[in-house]
Parts: sequence; structure tokens; C-alpha cells
Amino acid sequence: MNVPLSHVLAVAAGLFVIGGVMAASRRSILLILIGVEFMLTAGSIVFAGAALAWGNIDGQAAIIIVMGLAAAEAGLGLALLVHGRRGGGSVDADGYARLGGDA
Amino acid sequence: MTPLGALFYLLAAVLLGAAVLAATRRNPVHAVCCAVAVFLSAGGLMAVLGAPLPGVLMAVVYAGAIMVLFLFIIMLLGLTAGDGPLPTGRLVVPATLAAATLVALFALIGADPTGARLLPAAMAAPAAVGRVLFDTYWLAVEAVSILLFAALAAALLLGRGRSGGRAQPTGGPAA
Repeated sequence: MNVPLSHVLAVAAGLFVIGGVMAASRRSILLILIGVEFMLTAGSIVFAGAALAWGNIDGQAAIIIVMGLAAAEAGLGLALLVHGRRGGGSVDADGYARLGGDA
Repeated sequence: MTPLGALFYLLAAVLLGAAVLAATRRNPVHAVCCAVAVFLSAGGLMAVLGAPLPGVLMAVVYAGAIMVLFLFIIMLLGLTAGDGPLPTGRLVVPATLAAATLVALFALIGADPTGARLLPAAMAAPAAVGRVLFDTYWLAVEAVSILLFAALAAALLLGRGRSGGRAQPTGGPAA
């Protein structure tokens, strides 16, 4: 497999940055959460590449742990979104500004 | 270039293209469908990188469970569906910061001499991964299981209908 480790890291960096842009530029909380999932996936890809480069299987165990964290994060985030929406809130992150004063 | 290497670059191109599409679509259903493509190609990428168990779990957990949950929430809440890409004005500041971050990351990656080492073609047995996970990292697995249980309990509590009293607005124009 003629792929250097740096190319794996470059792909992961690209996905991480795209996820960051998505989390920063989207207004809907749902799509912000998807952006965060992209960033976590980029971290998982780095773990896979590093596990292969150093022949150490611990990186693959770390991917599975990160996956569990991401599942908990997505589930709780969506439950909070449904809760806020049911209480008359909005789907937009900008709508949750009660602590922001009159600005 | 070996077939495995070609597969790596193909999956990487699909991954990045679908991620850009997901980040710029205005319709949330289209964005979620592009995200499913991202997670499927990430799973394929992991399988190419010698991690078949995380790759399959990626397809099952992310593309199969989490993204379907997102689709379900979109349909439950009835989100407004825009069309086409986002207005470019909203993307200017994040994209500038992102380009700076990307340049810095590429410089760091390029400066690292271990980055030039060619990856071997290897395949880790799922049983070996499971043994490491439950032998060495059992504490982390238990911590994640407690976290998942806490998230489950919180989701049940938040998702339950109110037994009495007026609903308190938690955000938005009504608040």
C-alpha cells in the first residue's frame, strides 16, 4: 500500500476543518451536531492510521471508545433539542439567547 | 500504485467531497444524506487502513444508528427545508479561519519526518482488538458504558411528557 502516513493525516485534517466550518457556520443545532461528529470521525481516522503505522492495536480500541462517546453526545444533544423545541424553543442556536441581555 | 492505495485515495476523495456537500447544503435532509456518505467512506477508509472492526462499527453505529436518529429528529420536528447551497456570506469568516488552520496543520504534518513512512498493508483481527479493549482498556469501556447509561437516562427524562404544570419556554422568541 503506497500511502504515506502524512496523506492519512492530511485527509483527517481536511475532514476536521470541514467539520469545524460546519459547526461554526450553520445555524441549525442539528447540523452543528453533525459538524462535531465529523470532527470526532477525523480523530478516529488519525487513530486508525497511527495504529497501522506503529503496528500497535491500541489505536483501534481508542476508535471504539470515541465511537461510544460520539453516540452518547448525539443522543443527549438530540434529546435536549427535542426538549427545547417542545417547550416553545427554536431549532436555531441563535434562539437560545436569554442570558445575552439586550445586545 | 497498488490497488489498496488507489482505493484509499478514492475513498478519501469521496469522503472530503461528501463532507463539503454536507457542510454547504441548506436542506437538512440532503446534509444528513451526505453525512451518511461521509461515514460510510470513513468506515471503508478504516478497513483499508487495516482496521476492519472499527470500519464495520463505523458503518453500523454512525451511518446506521446516529444518522437515522438525526433523520428521525428532522422529520419529528418538521424542520424547514431550504434549497441549494448556503449563502457564501455566512461562510467567509469560518472559511478564512479554517484555511489558516489547514495551512498550519499541513505545515506541521509536512515537517514531521515520520509522516513520510509508507504504511504497510496489514489487517488486525477483530478478536485481537477486542482482547486489547477489554483487557487493557476495561476501565475506559466501563466509563463509556456509564456515560451511555447517563445519556439514556437523561434522554428519557427530557423526552418524557410533562406530568403537570405549564410548559416553560426554554429558548427562542417565545422565551
